[in-house]
Amino acid sequence: MAQTHEDLVVDLKSVSKHFGGQVILDAVDLQIRRGEFVVLLGASGSGKTTLLRMLSSLDHANSGEVRVTDSSTVVFQEPRLAPFHRVWRNVLMGLKGDQRNKAKALAALDEVGLAEKAFSWPKRLSGGEAQRVALARALVRTPRLLLADEPFAALDALTRIRMQWLVQALWREHTPAVLLVTHDVEEAVLLADRILILKEGRLAVDIQVEVQRPRRAGEAFAQLTEYLLGELGVSKEGDPLNSAVPHRPGSPAVSSQAVA
Amino acid sequence: MEVLRKQLEYSPVNSKEALQLRPVVADGGGQAPGWLAPRNLLRALAPVLVLVIWNVLSVSGIISQRLFPSPLTVLQALWDLVVTGQLKSALAASLARGVIGLVIGVTLGIAAGTLAGLTRIGDQLLDSSFQIVRAIPFIAVVPLFVLWFGIDEKPKIILIALACIFPAYVNTYSGVRHVDPKLVESARLFGLRGIRLVIQIVLPSALPPILVGIRYSMSTALLALIVAEQLNSQNGIGTIILTANSALRIDIMIAGILIYAALGVLIDIGMRVVERRSMPWK
Ligand SMILES: Nc1ncnc2c1ncn2[C@@H]1O[C@H](COP(=O)(O)OP(=O)(O)OP(=O)(O)O)[C@@H](O)[C@H]1O
Ligand SMILES: [Mg+2]
Repeated sequence: MAQTHEDLVVDLKSVSKHFGGQVILDAVDLQIRRGEFVVLLGASGSGKTTLLRMLSSLDHANSGEVRVTDSSTVVFQEPRLAPFHRVWRNVLMGLKGDQRNKAKALAALDEVGLAEKAFSWPKRLSGGEAQRVALARALVRTPRLLLADEPFAALDALTRIRMQWLVQALWREHTPAVLLVTHDVEEAVLLADRILILKEGRLAVDIQVEVQRPRRAGEAFAQLTEYLLGELGVSKEGDPLNSAVPHRPGSPAVSSQAVA
Repeated sequence: MEVLRKQLEYSPVNSKEALQLRPVVADGGGQAPGWLAPRNLLRALAPVLVLVIWNVLSVSGIISQRLFPSPLTVLQALWDLVVTGQLKSALAASLARGVIGLVIGVTLGIAAGTLAGLTRIGDQLLDSSFQIVRAIPFIAVVPLFVLWFGIDEKPKIILIALACIFPAYVNTYSGVRHVDPKLVESARLFGLRGIRLVIQIVLPSALPPILVGIRYSMSTALLALIVAEQLNSQNGIGTIILTANSALRIDIMIAGILIYAALGVLIDIGMRVVERRSMPWK
């Protein structure tokens, strides 16, 4: 695949990172193209957050070359709203001049279905609503790259499914590249163009997902899920308590969220 | 099997007792008890009793009416201060110097607390100096101030400012230090830097402790005001008390003290209202 320079929103060349003697990233190469939906999986402590923080320039590599589009924004696991600013002001946080436009904030809130909460205080929002505000705050910046670190991890199962569909719809509408970190293999299979698994400091898996959208449970879906779980060190026969990936008891490998 | 069934039968979980539900009483919408509720009457009992006994003793001449004027006499003195307009002008003078000193002290305290709490150089530059200032009781410097600044308004205002600078400083300092680092990190990421970050994120986050600091500052400002007005002053509540003192009008002296007390109570109530109103997001 010939990739011109303008095509890339992320370009990592041989990037390494260690904390003390512990090597977290070991000469990682990663390129993400415009509009690509990439999901990053990996066991707890494998360095996903570290990689994402590096891409959002909250952290620095020890060696290697990190190049990221300057039009990037982040959604964290927690909404991180300022409690003393009303919702719409949180959406505009940090914007200046023309960018600081109330109508734009209201439009973004409308897109995530929260138009009527624009003037609420963040404390009055539910967890899912607060996370949608965080999404609107990212959206209003019209980013070319959206970085998201387990954005749905703290939400209940139903809200999580809604959020996954919302993110997918917003991604289709605005076509930013997305790098989404998750522990949820089904989420990865549902959303990703491309799935990465970070293991022992390297991107051990880097596959394209060819399953047709909108995705529904099916043979291809199940196979892919099982393959990824295998790569993460979880086999179906394995003891879920010893596995690296949290296993939701009682849920089959392909859960209902793919059917929704 | 037999054993198991026995256990089931007699285990407390299965017994009727364990199933009794405790009623959860509705709180009636959080209505406060009325003024005349029994417990409020009980609370008022002791103070009222003291006043009555004091009045009886004083009027009947068992204790000296001169040294212990009856509560009614004190009330009369207070009323006289009101109708002659003395109270109004004295209050205006006292409040003016109190508020000026307070604003100066609190502003300096908050500014210094923010600087020291947020920047390393500010911390090194200011914190130890403030700890030294705190170690000196402000009342101890009064005679010095009179020598340095004379006996007009200047030493009074400086004394008040000095007294309330520290509570504002120390609460602001710890307030800005305990701002949620995750919120600051993301605000930075969304483009807030420097003074905008401080004004839009750090200070609002630290508002609750800052307001507590201001409340403490106000009480120490009142103390400083009282001490300052014991110096030679031309006007103010302190002057009323000093003048009454030299005329041995103890009823007026007590009335003046009551005015100071009322000021203290009003400050506290006012600040509590401000604390509630200024943070609608809570
Ligand atoms: N600031 C730091 N100082 C020292 N060690 C750190 C620091 N940040 C992360 N680490 C270590 O780096 C490793 C990777 O951490 P990271 O947070 O990137 O993992 P992760 O893949 O995001 O895990 P999780 O799925 O649990 O969120 C961990 O072992 C962690 O202890
Ligand atoms: Mg993480």
